[in-house]
Parts: sequence; C-alpha cells; structure tokens
Amino acid sequence: MKKINYNRELCDFCGTCVSVCPQDAIELSENNLEITDKCTVCMNCVYICPLRALEVKNEG
Amino acid sequence: MKDRYDVIVVGGGPSGSMAAMFAARAGVSVLMLEKDREIGLPVRCAEGVGDKGLRSVVDINPNWIAQKITTVKLISPAGMEVVIGTDEVGYILNRKMFDPGLAELAAQAGSEIITKAYVNGLLLDNNKVTGVRVRTLGREFQVKASIVIGADGVESRVGRWAGIKTWEKLNDMETCAQVTAQNINVQQDAIHLYFSNTRAPKGYLWVFPKGNGLANVGIGISGEASRHKSPFAYLFEFLQTNFPQAAIITTVAGGVPCAREPEKIVANGLMLVGDAARQVNPVSGGGIVTGMIAGKIAGQVAGQAIIDGKTDEKRLAEYARLWQKAEGKKHKVFYKLKEFVYNMSDKDLDDTAKIALQIPQDKRTILQLFKTALVQKPALILEAIKVLT
Repeated sequence: MKKINYNRELCDFCGTCVSVCPQDAIELSENNLEITDKCTVCMNCVYICPLRALEVKNEG
Repeated sequence: MKDRYDVIVVGGGPSGSMAAMFAARAGVSVLMLEKDREIGLPVRCAEGVGDKGLRSVVDINPNWIAQKITTVKLISPAGMEVVIGTDEVGYILNRKMFDPGLAELAAQAGSEIITKAYVNGLLLDNNKVTGVRVRTLGREFQVKASIVIGADGVESRVGRWAGIKTWEKLNDMETCAQVTAQNINVQQDAIHLYFSNTRAPKGYLWVFPKGNGLANVGIGISGEASRHKSPFAYLFEFLQTNFPQAAIITTVAGGVPCAREPEKIVANGLMLVGDAARQVNPVSGGGIVTGMIAGKIAGQVAGQAIIDGKTDEKRLAEYARLWQKAEGKKHKVFYKLKEFVYNMSDKDLDDTAKIALQIPQDKRTILQLFKTALVQKPALILEAIKVLT
C-alpha cells in the first residue's frame, strides 16, 4: 500500500502542503506534521513541498 | 483564558492582529490564539509593503522598517533592467518587529492573546460556529465565541471545518524558497524582480534589500512547476550565477496562495481573513496590506454585529461586501493578469523589455508594459481583453 511519509529533518512546518491537500489529511502544529488516514495519496503535497520533505513509500 | 469571548481570532499574523484590534476597539471581548510560541517568528515572507496601503490601516512605526524603497526594477531573462516609474514609496519590513508590534496594538485595544495555542477544531451547533477547540499548555480547552475569525494563514483549516472549500490546485499555490543574505550589493532602495520561464517558471525571483548589503533573495514558482524541481534548487542556481558572494543568514520555505477567492469568506459565526481567505495579489504574491485591510473591515463588522446581536452569515456578509469594494475587484483582475504573465516565454519577456526600454522611464507603468507585451504576443489579446474588461 502506498503512503506519504514526511521527513522531520527536512520539514520546516511551513504549511504549504496543507494548502493543497484536498482531503484535509494533514495536521500541522508548530513543530509537528502528521499525515492522517484521510490521505488518498494524490501526491499534491509531495509535488509542492519546497523542501522535498514528503515522499511516497510502499508499505505493507 | 476565559471560557467565552465575543470574538476569537485564530492566528496572530498581521491580518489576525488587525481583526483583533478593530474588534476590541468596538468594545467587544476578543481572544487571539497563535499556534507558535512567538508572534512574528518564523518569518515566512519577502517583507515588502506599500506605504499608502499600510498607512491606510495603521500609523507606521519606524522600528518596523528595514529599508525604504523608491524604485522597482524588472529584469528580463537576458538581464535587461526595466525601471518602472512610480511615485509610491514602499518598505521592506522587519516582520519579526512588525508582527509583534501589531499584536501589541491589538493588546492595547483590549484583546487577550495566547501563544503556543493550537486550534484543532471548531465548535459547531446547528450549522453555526460557536467557538474553537484549542490545545495549549498540554491540555485541550473548548472556548465559546459569537464570532470566530480565521486568520490562520496559507495552511488555513478553519474555513474547511465550517464547510468552505479553501484548498488550492497546484497551479494556484506558489511554493517559495528564500534566504536572507549579506553581500547582496544591489541598489539598496530598489526591489529587483527577475522574470524567466526557465529560471523561475510560473513565478519570479526577487531581491528585496534590507539595507547595508543585507537582502531577502527568494523565488516563488507554481506548485505545478515544482513537480520536477524544487524552488530551493532554482534559488541556489540563481545565487550561484547572480550573487556568488552571498553569505546566508536565514533560510526559509513557504507557500503563497495566488488563487481565486474562495466561494465565500463568511459563514454563520465565522469570517476568514488574510492568506486564509486568499487575499493575496495573485501576480505579486503580496498579501500583508491586503490582509490587514481585510482584518480591519472584518474586525469592525464583527464588533458591530455583536453589538447588534446578530452574527449569522447574512449579517457577516457585510464584511465580504466591503472587502469586494475595497480590494476584491482588483483581486479578480490580478488573477487573470497572472495567467497572462505565466504564459509568456523568455523570448516574449525579453522582447517586451526591449520595447519597454524605449518608453521614457516616467511613463513606464505596469499597464504600459502590459500593452507592450500584448503587441509582442497578439495571440494573448483575447486573454488580455478578459483582464481589462
């Protein structure tokens, strides 16, 4: 199953990913980001992340 | 923190602070919640504002200003510099002074402010927003309000929670990279905008001087253009070719909505302002002043609505109407203009610059340039008619 993973070392918590997420699947606080199970792997966040902190992974 | 306020503002940026300040000035109780520990940080902004617009909302404090700007230079792909004639003065701000300064004004007007307070949901009752859920100090609180004002920025979710679609397509979001760097030896009172479809596709590169060789050097490209190459990759190439001596002090990433406005910016008990309402000039990406103007209107309408005892969508729509009159119409024109500019190739841009340089500098306005571009690319005349009518 495909899943979006985020790299804590690259992420700057800027919220650009949240703004293009059609599913409201991203929780962003001051210093944490979480992709919830509402995610449909549309890839918008992966394409737009200025720091390339998001990537798609095959899991399970 | 009490368990009830007349108005809760979510987000402590310039739009939020202005909404809080003007609502508090109307005499109602206001709580402003900021998710970060410090208002004004981290700065995610090129920090440019116009004097006239800013002055229309607040008295300008000289401590907020890093550099006065008198000149706008547009630089074509081949490096031709076109100086735009303008009487308007602008500033490059220090947002880390400016944002807390505005929050202090909101506080002086009577607003309560809490930082490190993360709003993770709205309280809803019968299709009306009645407050927020907020996490702070390791606990979750429910705080009631007659009106919630979403000033929660580009990453806004407040509107969505009330059923307003605010997410954007990749083409309508700019993804941005910026450094604040020393040894950027350009004319200090000029902003420099570099246009090129190859070096900054569907966007532009900027140099905004902050005085004494310090400058914000950045880029915004559309999310669509960033599929294959990140804005940082473009930015570092630009620095290498144009400013190899740059010494980087700060690096920042961020997104700017260059989108149409949401179908609505009010709901029962809810208003959206600033980046959350996409109140950003879609061509320039500038949104500080427009957001503050919206914050002012929203705060005033919210205050009066509470005094009148009516906070339904119909009553709050006064804010949307006043916003349309003040800035909304311009926004629509700029959105169309953005699409036009995006469609210009490097050759179109260079040809336009060449002709523009023959226009006397004092007559070289943005509109004049636009007309020149049209002559270069008649195929876009249809698009242009849409923009100008």
